[in-house]
Amino acid sequence: MFIVKHRNIFFAITGAITLVALASVFVFGLKLGLDFTGGTLVQATYPAGRPAPQALTESLDAAGFRGYSLREANTNDYVLRAGNMTPAMRETLTSTLSVGGASPAVVAQLTEVGPTIGVELRNKAFIALGLVMLCILLFIAFAFRKVSKPISSWVYGLIALVTLIHDVIVPVGFFAFLGYLTGAQIDTLFVTAILTILGFSIHDTIVVFDRTRENLRINEERNRKEDFSETAGRSLGQTFVRSINTSLTVLITLSVLYFVGPVSTKDFALTLLVGIIAGTYSSIFLATPLLVEVDKRRGNQKKK
Amino acid sequence: MYESLLYPVIGFRSTLYRSKIAFAWAYSVGILGSHMWQKRAIALVILIVGSGIGWYVYSSQASGTRPFKLGLDLSGGTQLVYRADLAAITSNNVADSMSSLRDTIERRVNLFGVSEPIVQTEHGGTLSGTSEERLIVELPGITDTQKAIALIGQTPVLEFRMLKKDADVSNIASSTINELFESSAITGKDLKSAELQFQGGVGSLNEAVVVLHFNSEGAKIFANLTKNNVGRYFGMFLDGVPISTPVIREAIPDGTAVISGNFTPESAKELARNLNYGALPVPIELLSTQTVSGTLGGEAVRDGIMAGLWGVGAVILFMLFWYRLPGVLAGVALMLYIIAILALFQLIPVTLTAAGIAAFILSVGMAVDANVLIFERMKEELRGGKSSTEAIHDGFGRAWPSIRDSNISSMITAVILFWFGTSLIKGFALVFGLGVLVSMLTAITVSRTFLLALGIKARGGFSRFLFGSGTTL
Repeated sequence: MFIVKHRNIFFAITGAITLVALASVFVFGLKLGLDFTGGTLVQATYPAGRPAPQALTESLDAAGFRGYSLREANTNDYVLRAGNMTPAMRETLTSTLSVGGASPAVVAQLTEVGPTIGVELRNKAFIALGLVMLCILLFIAFAFRKVSKPISSWVYGLIALVTLIHDVIVPVGFFAFLGYLTGAQIDTLFVTAILTILGFSIHDTIVVFDRTRENLRINEERNRKEDFSETAGRSLGQTFVRSINTSLTVLITLSVLYFVGPVSTKDFALTLLVGIIAGTYSSIFLATPLLVEVDKRRGNQKKK
Repeated sequence: MYESLLYPVIGFRSTLYRSKIAFAWAYSVGILGSHMWQKRAIALVILIVGSGIGWYVYSSQASGTRPFKLGLDLSGGTQLVYRADLAAITSNNVADSMSSLRDTIERRVNLFGVSEPIVQTEHGGTLSGTSEERLIVELPGITDTQKAIALIGQTPVLEFRMLKKDADVSNIASSTINELFESSAITGKDLKSAELQFQGGVGSLNEAVVVLHFNSEGAKIFANLTKNNVGRYFGMFLDGVPISTPVIREAIPDGTAVISGNFTPESAKELARNLNYGALPVPIELLSTQTVSGTLGGEAVRDGIMAGLWGVGAVILFMLFWYRLPGVLAGVALMLYIIAILALFQLIPVTLTAAGIAAFILSVGMAVDANVLIFERMKEELRGGKSSTEAIHDGFGRAWPSIRDSNISSMITAVILFWFGTSLIKGFALVFGLGVLVSMLTAITVSRTFLLALGIKARGGFSRFLFGSGTTL
């Protein structure tokens, strides 16, 4: 299997991808959204045409808004992000946005998040992320417990974990870039997307590992001596097409969701698309090669 | 590439193993019958039942008798999250206070005529270091945030009423406001403040009473009222519920009324507080609001449905082109999956959000994954020289462990997401989890039943082509 044989090339490629993703995070930074920082998000629609930014800015300043950002959306909308409003600001919000009646506004969407909820959600997100990874590690170690030769089932779990970390870094890096391009912010939906990627991208890894598990068993039953890298490579070759096809069907539906689906889930669909491509890549080009590498290193140690 | 090398050398033990798996499978889906007509009857029953449920789901949507429950982001409406200030509540009374808070708000919201409001309490904040109790109010159809906040935070209506002259006093406890009482000249607006006091009673014990202080306008009205109605019953109502019905003993000229009765110090204190701050058992503070207009929600629903239709169509086409005959059956299984999950949405019922729709569309792509694994395996077994029936049995049996393991990992994610989520994300997690479970069932049992029911012997030629895939002929 060429992937196993030339695994160093693929390790290098994977490393490069991961570095680019990390660089993107450091260069562009991650913009935390309202859900995590607290504040106000308003989408205002102007059925009779939106006012000039300057007029709206003056009106907002007069109403007591500070440090806000205003962005044009659709053809007649403004999206306003600001800190938490006082009750008085909230009461006059519609008239403030209407620039005192000059351009009648309709509040299409208003979200306010208090600062304490934001902190709580941030902690919860990290815990959820850690919990999913830990549970998957434990589950794989458990599911593959009968395969302990030549590699312990814990190694299968740990390698799955390494691919998962790769699968998280890539979409996070992508999202940092997306944030730079479109102002997209990290919200609960993004965290949901990452957790879903974790749950799904492990599928392909499980399929390859499962085939390795089966081939190892058959070898044992037949008393066949085969190098582990041969068995692993063969398993990868046998499951290559189905790994791609299972991801392809999901990528099809996600593309449809991105292009046709609701506006509110567009960034979500895009994050999932990137993450699942990364997940499929890592389960083919990273998981099995790593397995073989670990086996080789152990063999060398024994020889010494 | 390696298969042809591998399979001829598999010995008796693994053949036995394979047939054991196949047997277990046949047994588990209840189609042990070996006769072709039995398999076909079962396939037919599945089809008929599936179409029946599908027709029911469709017609109940079309006629609107049992519509899907839509979350606020799709139906339009307002969600308010409050923090309850429990500083004055001892810890063993927290649950009681929260439930009475919920009841009070619920009554208030219902009074306002909001259809299907949701008022619930939640324990939160454990992860930000400060434990707190929250109140979540969802008001479908209310898209004016300010109005919604005013509605929740409004002070209760305090009314003073006189017992009708001809009314039977013995019925006073069970009376409703309009039956026995007539309105009086004084209203809750005339009240300045209320306080708890202890008065020297007849014996040596002090008696808890609530003292009302009227403003100057109210004092004048109250002086007249009491002067003219000595001996009559006077009722005080909070949001229409009687709280005290004392007898006027004498004219009260100074704008101070004392409500005495069977108060304990606690109940007197509670009444005074209610009159001062509104009838909420604990003060609440607004944490977050979310309002989505009906038009924006409607657009999201429309786009969601379109994405669903296109997504399903594209996946079925892909399966058809790549897997041919089995692909068609995977398409049938997918349709049955969609019918089953939509029926579940109605039955449970699941509140659909934009994230929930995204989960559903995602689940369509994942639902056929089990079929992909099975069909690829089947193809391998066919190439190994097996008959189609054998290949079907082994394809299903051998693909099972990886289908099971990968679906378990998805379920783990769904459960953790459900815990993590705000109400909108919970919608995603629920649909995602349900989708994984139901699709595993349909993708495996349904497509297997149909494949066997067709009874095609793929020994060569055209039927071989039907079972082939991708670019191979």
